Amino acid sequence: MPRLLSAVFGRTETALAAAIVIAAVIFSLSSPYFLSLPNFVNLIEAYSVTTILAAGVFVVLVSGGIDISFAATASATQYLAAYLATSYGFSAAPALGLAAALGIAMGSINALLTYYLRVVSIIVTIATSSIYYALLIYITNATEIYNLPDWWSNRFAFVRYVTASDDVVKITLPIVVMVAVIVVTQYLMARTRIGRQVYALGGNPEAASRIGINVLGVQLLAYGYLGLLAAVAGFIQASRVHQAVPTAMAGQELNVLAVAILGGASLVGGIGSMGGVVLGVLFLAMLQNGLNLLGVSSYFFGIVIGLAILVSISMTGYAEKHTRRRRVARAS
Amino acid sequence: MRDSARGAGGVDRSVAAQLDGLLIALRRGSVNVGGLLVLLAVLIALFSLLIPTTFPRVTTVQAMMFQIPELGLLSLAMAIPLISGGINLAIIATANGAGLLMAWILTAVMPPDAAGTSLALWMAGALVAGLLLCIVVGVVTGLLVAALGVHPILVTLGTMTLLHGFGIYFTRGRTLSGFPDALILVSNETIWGIPISFIIFAIVAVVAHVLLTRTTLGIRIHMIGSNLEATRFSGVDTRRVLVSVYVVSSLLCWLAAIVMMARFNSAGADIAQSYLLITILAAILGGVDPYGGFGRIVGLFVALWILQVIASGFNLMNISPHLALASWGLILLLVMAVKRFAGSLHFGSRARRL
Repeated sequence: MPRLLSAVFGRTETALAAAIVIAAVIFSLSSPYFLSLPNFVNLIEAYSVTTILAAGVFVVLVSGGIDISFAATASATQYLAAYLATSYGFSAAPALGLAAALGIAMGSINALLTYYLRVVSIIVTIATSSIYYALLIYITNATEIYNLPDWWSNRFAFVRYVTASDDVVKITLPIVVMVAVIVVTQYLMARTRIGRQVYALGGNPEAASRIGINVLGVQLLAYGYLGLLAAVAGFIQASRVHQAVPTAMAGQELNVLAVAILGGASLVGGIGSMGGVVLGVLFLAMLQNGLNLLGVSSYFFGIVIGLAILVSISMTGYAEKHTRRRRVARAS
Repeated sequence: MRDSARGAGGVDRSVAAQLDGLLIALRRGSVNVGGLLVLLAVLIALFSLLIPTTFPRVTTVQAMMFQIPELGLLSLAMAIPLISGGINLAIIATANGAGLLMAWILTAVMPPDAAGTSLALWMAGALVAGLLLCIVVGVVTGLLVAALGVHPILVTLGTMTLLHGFGIYFTRGRTLSGFPDALILVSNETIWGIPISFIIFAIVAVVAHVLLTRTTLGIRIHMIGSNLEATRFSGVDTRRVLVSVYVVSSLLCWLAAIVMMARFNSAGADIAQSYLLITILAAILGGVDPYGGFGRIVGLFVALWILQVIASGFNLMNISPHLALASWGLILLLVMAVKRFAGSLHFGSRARRL
């Protein structure tokens, strides 16, 4: 059992899990509502979009890249689907299918540019992000779409449950989709050949290409997958707020990146687990919710996230430094 | 040049060869500023042909000079960490933090009837307070980068979130405004037709250029950008260099904060957020190597003019500013493509990716 645990969670994940348990105990002692089922479900739903995006960013980070254009992709795909649905009466399947295709295409452009220009992906995606966003705002005139069709904006509950205290708990689409994304990403990265190739590429690109891994193919998968998940996140986000806004996701790039990194994904690539990312989101969600319930001003939350990031990277940095020293000592 | 130096014999010789190569590259310009100048000339010629009545005018140039300094100072603050092989994502947050502190002193602490000497003293005090804050931010960032060995993206993502968080917490998301006229002068007045803010920026750019190319610290910043370990093994206190890099970067944020306060007549935690990625775009367009080690302030200076000429030209032609932003992104990709396929000697052989 311990070996299984350490296989599932590495070092960062263990620390995060411990932090979550400690925070949960403190918050539940100070507010009885904290550990209640409705609170937990609301919390998960509120963070569903962030989790879906973080799952995609995690795959790109493992491949050794960074993508910050996903917010633009999510906005563009969301708008395309909303436009097709409202102006041309598209039904769910074709509208979402085209949106997903657009997401994959936008992600693939990043992969192709990174591969053929041999430029660091952060630079490529800064460029594509400004192009995507600027074109989106230009084409749409920054107008919102409010009249989303029913299949999109209706809050459909898969499970409805009334607790003893008469609170209604609904398992809604965002939660179901988020769980599906987590499961699929975990399976893709841990169980499939191409998933392991993503790790190999991130760990050592030179070695990966010499053992015959198709570098472009793996990059297309990683960035394309993020593009697809961005489309999914865009859809879910619009279904939660009942409108499609071209700037809905603006400024989310670095937040999502921070979440993925908090969960133990490394910028160097080759490291990280889906479980870690989930724990990272859970930790931030719990902190925000717990501090809210304690009556701490929501304006204080930015400071808490900043401190959490700094503490987290200090811990991983410290650990990495020690393993590296050992490696250097062995090599010499 | 660098790769062959790495393979050569003993540590001393390889470092010496590397340093030689670096010095040659610095003098000659590892970055093709000529290409950027041609691009700038083509753009100016193009807009002059398209809108001959409004573009080639002194007032247009002056308007551009009013707009360049804030992005310019912030881009300098981004370029120096990039050359050192790092990055500073906290530049906007640092500038806003310093701006808020100075604004708070000028609007809430200073008695509203302060005038003459007392006003001058209060303003000096506010500036010094902002300066000290930036030095502290720079030292802490540098120490974290140096001590943890964590990539500066992560460290500065953390400091960015923290500083922004403090800004939001203390202001509750509001902005502070209403500054003394003497401060507003910085972005409104001109000397011989040149805006004061542009003169400040030009002087700072020259100082930064001299710092990077003619001083020991500048050479060392390039060296750690090329190879941090090799620099350490050659006897350089790399921690000190890293701390200096982030202190210099934060000081540039302080100057940017003053210019922004003067220009917007307000300070807030959320001002100028969209500049963050554009400063990286400008620096890379100006020829700063995203892997670190290379980059010239001259290139950055030309790149800023390229971006501004596009923005002003589009504006005068009544084309949406969003399309200007899109063309900035396109130009960056184009320049990268030209570098990749024409100058693959310099940029082609590296497998490291981020």
